[in-house]
Amino acid sequence: MLAQHLPVLVAVVPLVAAPLIVVARSGFLGWVTALLVAAATTAMSAALLAQATASGTISYAIGSWPPPWGIEYRVDAANALVALLVSAVALVVVPYARRSVSAEVGQDRQYLFYALLMLCLAGLLGMALTGDAFNLFVFLEISSLSTYVLIALGRHRRALLAAYQYLVLGTTGATFYVIGVGLLYLATGTLNFADMAVRLADVRDARPLAAGLAFITAGIGLKLALFPLHAWLPNAYACAPSAVSAFVAATATKVSIYVLMRVYFSVFGVDAVFRDLPTGAILAVLSVAAMFAASAAAIVQPDLKRLLAFSSVGQVGYITLGISLGSAPGLAAAMAHVVNHGITKGALFLLAGAMALRLGGTGMDRVAGLARTMPVTAFAFVVGGLSLIGVPGTAGFASKWALVSAAIEAGRWWIAGAVLLSSLLAVAYVWRFVECAYFREPPAGAPDRDEAPADMTGPALALTAAVVAAGLFASPVLEASTRAAAALMGFAR
Amino acid sequence: MTLLGHFTYWATVFLMMTGLHVVISRGNLVKKLVGLGIFQTSVYLLYIGPGKLVGGTAPIVGPGIATYSNPLPHVLILTAIVVGVATLAVGLALVVRIREAYGTIEEDELLAADAEDD
Repeated sequence: MLAQHLPVLVAVVPLVAAPLIVVARSGFLGWVTALLVAAATTAMSAALLAQATASGTISYAIGSWPPPWGIEYRVDAANALVALLVSAVALVVVPYARRSVSAEVGQDRQYLFYALLMLCLAGLLGMALTGDAFNLFVFLEISSLSTYVLIALGRHRRALLAAYQYLVLGTTGATFYVIGVGLLYLATGTLNFADMAVRLADVRDARPLAAGLAFITAGIGLKLALFPLHAWLPNAYACAPSAVSAFVAATATKVSIYVLMRVYFSVFGVDAVFRDLPTGAILAVLSVAAMFAASAAAIVQPDLKRLLAFSSVGQVGYITLGISLGSAPGLAAAMAHVVNHGITKGALFLLAGAMALRLGGTGMDRVAGLARTMPVTAFAFVVGGLSLIGVPGTAGFASKWALVSAAIEAGRWWIAGAVLLSSLLAVAYVWRFVECAYFREPPAGAPDRDEAPADMTGPALALTAAVVAAGLFASPVLEASTRAAAALMGFAR
Repeated sequence: MTLLGHFTYWATVFLMMTGLHVVISRGNLVKKLVGLGIFQTSVYLLYIGPGKLVGGTAPIVGPGIATYSNPLPHVLILTAIVVGVATLAVGLALVVRIREAYGTIEEDELLAADAEDD
């Protein structure tokens, strides 16, 4: 009975939890609720993924209004995978948040933190699972508005400015998306993605469609920090509270990437996007620029969290590069990197938060000698860094290998070369951390050996272990991504 | 005829460009939000305008009503208005907090204050 409502419950449960937490006005109750909700959404997403893998697309008509008139939730192997990534990261971040948030957010505001986290989770899961273009916009704004406030909870006053800048750019991006959807709605008369995919074939005038595609690409490109639309990201990630940085870095851009995939491969189709329009070439150039420029910028950052943020922009470049190939293997590689980079960056930001708790910040001068003061954290951070580079045995290797293979298969040797060359820049920025942590003396007055408490180190190490596991046993993620790519490309009814 | 016939589109594009220009060119954080509001409003028009049919009535079921305007854009835009109001509220709240923390809401002075913090 309940099982048939899973597609909508995944988004509704956290949405309902948020006001309940506000009413309870207790940081502890909020934390317990958030933990239960994260566990529930993870279980439900896993069940949906299993069901979608076994028996194909699940269609859920909200309020029993049949699609395309009503809002449809449409779950397949692609968005169930994204939903599972988002909820699993939430399940790791919430236990971690208890102590981290106590240290970084005022006592009287902690319950609001958990309420906002639940709103953000609801927004991201709704974006992933909905099959309706306008419903997606509403969930996009739910997740965005809660993210702005979460970022503004950061300790330094710069967090306010970062949140404001993200609000202006994020709203502009979302509005671009609505303009694009509006143009498609005018041309097709429908907002249901599946219905739109069918009706687009009958539209004779291609120009509004191309304009709509351009608006959606620019709008979602802002949200996923496609170079050069990434200006909001470094400050936002660097100034947010540690738990927020980890959650948002691992999930928010990833869900936007999924939306771009859905619009390109499911709604418009490969031919319309990559054969009739130069989307592939534009996306490839921007992606390669991100891989080099953002990774190079990461090398010179004075702060570890800013370094990770710039690295995120570069890593998003690898994902969009996979999309730009316009082929099933390229899309599968992009999806695999969404998952693998999501858990890698989540783990790294959690570890950075552990450092911030003990050292009072993540400036490069503060993490000097970290191997002596926090050896476990430092070692785990290096493991995560190796995954950013793409060293064999880590998650990053598996998806970069898939990306290089897909590029070679598509006959784009220069893309394969660019991936390998830009990885050298990742070596450089990861080495900066190694050099600081292992080859420098701790600053005067640093504690002897002082790991962060187990309830923070535990979740961070668990996610780091997942990074290694996804590297050693790469096939589950790669197979799930291949199925996701097939579901994205074979979408229309 | 086409020029006048496309009147709502001209209005939409004008508002869109005005709003976006204000967001980009103004350094005052409140003025930026005003621009953002105009930009979002233009999209309301983009949806609502084409929903109106010449000679169409309100979308009500009743005797003698054959041609009626499309009700869906109105419903969508009601939602979008709510989203826009929420965005503006969060944006203004942030501006208040920024003013408390920095003592100014001019972008160049804020960036200068940030540079001093380093």
